[in-house]
Amino acid sequence: MTRTIHLNLDINGKGYDLDVEPRVTLLDALRDHLVLTGTKKGCDQGQCGACTCHVDGRRVLSCLTLAAQVEGRQVETIEGLSGADGTLHAVQAAFLEQDAFQCGYCTPGQIMSAVACIREGHAGSDAEIREYMSGNLCRCGAYNSIVAAVRQAAQAVVPATKEMADA
Amino acid sequence: MRDFSYLRASTLDEARQAVLQAGASILAGGTTLIDLAKCGVAEPETVVDISHLEGLSGIEVTPQSVTIGALSRMSDVADHSGIQAEMPAVSESLLLAASAQLRNMATIGGNVMQRTRCPYFRDPGTFPACNKRNPGSGCSALGGITRNHAVLGTSEHCLASNPGDLAVALVAFDAVVDLGSRRVPFDEFFLLPGDTPDRETVLQPGEMIIGLSIPKSAAAKNSTYLKVRDRQSYEFAAASAAVGLELEDDGRTVRDIRVGLGGVATKPWRARAVEQALIGKVLDDATIKAASLLAMEGAVAQSDNTYKIDLVPRVVARAIETVSTDKSGGLA
Repeated sequence: MTRTIHLNLDINGKGYDLDVEPRVTLLDALRDHLVLTGTKKGCDQGQCGACTCHVDGRRVLSCLTLAAQVEGRQVETIEGLSGADGTLHAVQAAFLEQDAFQCGYCTPGQIMSAVACIREGHAGSDAEIREYMSGNLCRCGAYNSIVAAVRQAAQAVVPATKEMADA
Repeated sequence: MRDFSYLRASTLDEARQAVLQAGASILAGGTTLIDLAKCGVAEPETVVDISHLEGLSGIEVTPQSVTIGALSRMSDVADHSGIQAEMPAVSESLLLAASAQLRNMATIGGNVMQRTRCPYFRDPGTFPACNKRNPGSGCSALGGITRNHAVLGTSEHCLASNPGDLAVALVAFDAVVDLGSRRVPFDEFFLLPGDTPDRETVLQPGEMIIGLSIPKSAAAKNSTYLKVRDRQSYEFAAASAAVGLELEDDGRTVRDIRVGLGGVATKPWRARAVEQALIGKVLDDATIKAASLLAMEGAVAQSDNTYKIDLVPRVVARAIETVSTDKSGGLA
């Protein structure tokens, strides 16, 4: 017996209607039902961080979140990060500049995690970045460059935020 | 993951009624239930989502205690300035647990109810025998790889350790579990495995954790959580200790000390023998070391986890030294 439920999800500020089995995770809903394949499936067990998305502005693991749970919440994925004109987010630009990946599979999760890490105020030092990014594994071992990218982006984002506040 | 039906509870009563149904499981943050459903350990017929219930996520600091709603997220509790000031070990235990993403998801009620990380428990396909999953089927960990299994509170039926960090601080500082209709001291909330390792807590059908209350104390205010593990971050404890200390007015003699242990026992463990050995004593290195050895009273090691017998007293001693170091930098 297949029981499907109807959901309306808010993803990157856009409404999506879909019919899914209740067991479908946010990760599978994004990738398989909505073809938003920027969010990656690594371990699918809440251990690697590749599937990191934001729900109501907080970084979470979409593989351990049911799609049904986030109805009524705001979901942001890697697809929603760049500007409408394609301008990269400061964290995306920093990852490119610092060559913070090899194969790139963990990168969307790393970037979504880094955006939140900076916003939380947890990118004050390399040690703090390493601690607060520890939920994102990189099998290629690009950690040094990832830390450099987060550090660079934090320096770019924080002054920009301050300028906005001062303006 | 087997399919299930989904019910979003809109009131606490609706949730309580729903979980009385056979095969119903409570879903809050999802970090345990969805994980175990994927492993084939949890096979709910109905998932009752309580994460949208209102009024269960508050954190309140009163003159007597700190109360935490069951749906508070780990990250909110860890970052709460009142908790950091009144009971630093509680905040530290949360910040040293899991990852930033998981701490944003997992609720405090769910954190208390998290299941063991025993690899045999988590893999029913390869290891059908598990008394916790399937009473009477045997224990695959006995004679297996036991590096991270418990040395305290075990039985011939189960060696699985409780993986919690927060729980170690909660048992040390006499937290109380609020079930709505009754309140249970944290130390009595968990059951030893004995010959029924499938029963882990005193929760009855239809009961759920509404919140926690942690009494303020001088020991909680001067406390720390020390976690030793195989990696520096994002790893379960090989051994951990939550320690709080209150000294007499002379600044040297122990008036009150609390010692909780993690990563080594089948339930959040209170090392009362260590506490009793130190109350009324003047702290010095030799006294701390001798008392810390009592943390392993009654411990039974397997072939792979004998290291914990040496490690735990060192962790306890280091945590006591941390809270007994006065502002001038020496032992109090």
